[in-house]
Amino acid sequence: MILISTIDIVRTSLGGTGKLLPVAILIICAFAAFWLFPYDLGFLTQMLIMMVFVVSFDLILGYAGVATLGHAAMYGCGAYAAGLFAIHASPDPLLGLAVGAVIGALIAFFSGLLLMRAHGLSLLMLSIAITMVLQEIASKARDVTGGADGLSGISMTPILGVFEFDFIGKTAFWYAFSVLFIILVVLRVLVASPFGLALRGIKDSPSRMRAIGTPVYWRKVTAYVIGGTIAGIAGALSAQITSLVSVEAFNFALSADVMVMLILGGAGRLYGALIGTLVFMTVRHVAASIDPFNWLFVIGFMLLAVVFFLPDGLISLPRRVAGMIGARK
Amino acid sequence: MTVALSIVVDGIAYGMILFMISVGLSVTMGLMRIVNLAHGGFAMLGGACAHVLTMRYGVPFVPALAASVIAVIVIAIPLERLVYRHIYRFSELEQVLATIGIVFVMIATVNLFLGSTLLPIRMPPEVSIPINLGFKVLPLHRLIVIVVGLLMVTGLYLLVERTRFGIFLRAAVDNQNTAASLGIDTPKVYLAAFALGAGLAAVGGILGAELLPIEAYYPLRYMVLFLIVVTVGGMGSIVGSFIAALGLGILDTAGRYLLPDVGTIFFFLAIIALLALRPNGLLVRPS
Repeated sequence: MILISTIDIVRTSLGGTGKLLPVAILIICAFAAFWLFPYDLGFLTQMLIMMVFVVSFDLILGYAGVATLGHAAMYGCGAYAAGLFAIHASPDPLLGLAVGAVIGALIAFFSGLLLMRAHGLSLLMLSIAITMVLQEIASKARDVTGGADGLSGISMTPILGVFEFDFIGKTAFWYAFSVLFIILVVLRVLVASPFGLALRGIKDSPSRMRAIGTPVYWRKVTAYVIGGTIAGIAGALSAQITSLVSVEAFNFALSADVMVMLILGGAGRLYGALIGTLVFMTVRHVAASIDPFNWLFVIGFMLLAVVFFLPDGLISLPRRVAGMIGARK
Repeated sequence: MTVALSIVVDGIAYGMILFMISVGLSVTMGLMRIVNLAHGGFAMLGGACAHVLTMRYGVPFVPALAASVIAVIVIAIPLERLVYRHIYRFSELEQVLATIGIVFVMIATVNLFLGSTLLPIRMPPEVSIPINLGFKVLPLHRLIVIVVGLLMVTGLYLLVERTRFGIFLRAAVDNQNTAASLGIDTPKVYLAAFALGAGLAAVGGILGAELLPIEAYYPLRYMVLFLIVVTVGGMGSIVGSFIAALGLGILDTAGRYLLPDVGTIFFFLAIIALLALRPNGLLVRPS
């Protein structure tokens, strides 16, 4: 059953319209958001950065089935790396992204060597502890990172020497969108590749994958490094666009939010990560602006409703509705 | 030498508080196998209740403690019947999501009625009487905490290992169907164990309020700490949680005394080393 469904997923993801339709929808949505909410570009850009971050976690949790609660480690290191690089080395944004990506990958590699050996609860706790250590180092190394005050004074030269960062955030929006778009394309190819299939296999049954000769541990480390690279890019984007890095980039709450957004949207489907981020951040933004004190009620009940009624995430909603209508006929 | 003794005594007092708050989690998460991130929520509800009773209505501390624990159990029972019963069957990740949802609702409820400021609990003035131990002067409160912690670990150990309820609970957790076919009323056993976990959380929250102050975001702020105690101790091992809580309490206190700048880094590095060497915790019940 699992085998057939996996092949089906790969076929649909390689099919003609199945490949282009979501991409077209994504671009249309970006243009629509850009024209409809010109005064919320800052918030929309935050959402795009978060989408990059959540998609990177989807590769680890949704595809490889590795549940961690310390994904902020790579995000925070990417952010600090890009911030420090911009201040001390070069203010070029794309070079900064590359630095964030490399640092994210390095952190993911060294922590992944340890983390990918652990399972279940001790994996969750180890990933939290590693993030806590990094956060403490960032807040104690005041001379380098600015400590609890955060790292400020990051300024950027125009992207590719042409597109200057403007006050309203138009450039930032398209910059973040382009990065998200490229990463989605890369990840789509990746998850349909033999490597992506191996990850799904490891998620469904690690012992069978080991039996057919897959180096399970190294596949998981590789997935973790790729996820960490993208998380580092997300952190670097956030540092460049907000011109500020604070120790809160390592917060446990951020790692938890990422997991919540991913499961909310539907893990194991790249677009589920986008939908989860969109819905979670929009609901939180709207609820917090309507009632700054009691918005947590809305988020709490939304989480419970999704777990109880849509266990596969919001992305399964159309199919569930179609199934209910079909059942009635 | 004096420093070492001070570290041990302060560490044990802190560890006892950690143990009291986490032991309920050891019951729900360790014995019942649910990733119950809402555990700190019950501690907070107990603390908030004690705050209202002692500060607004001037109820003395001991009756307020009893009333708050009963109130938390009264809240936990319908919650178990209506919500948690379904959560038992979920996958681990869905349990994480659902219980975080419950935490948010709890935080919002306390925030709505009491605001987001600190919620102090008034204790009788006698508890701050200093007691001279010879090498160190300690407020009576710490000694009470140590004694109550010791009573709790003994009582729970006897309850789980030596009573009929303990046998039923372990049987129901190991294999629910077999236990049910032997005539054990598993839903009732689960309900009782859950209520026990919530009640213990409330006791720990109230007695520990001196060190971990009660406020609306309490369950999120200290969630990691409670989870670490249970994980390091080993799932389902009450004695393991006890040793882990004392060990982590002493470790954290030692870090603060000896390496004030890097104490937290030292604490978490030690936890990483421990979990890397013993991924299933210090003491794990052989299955």
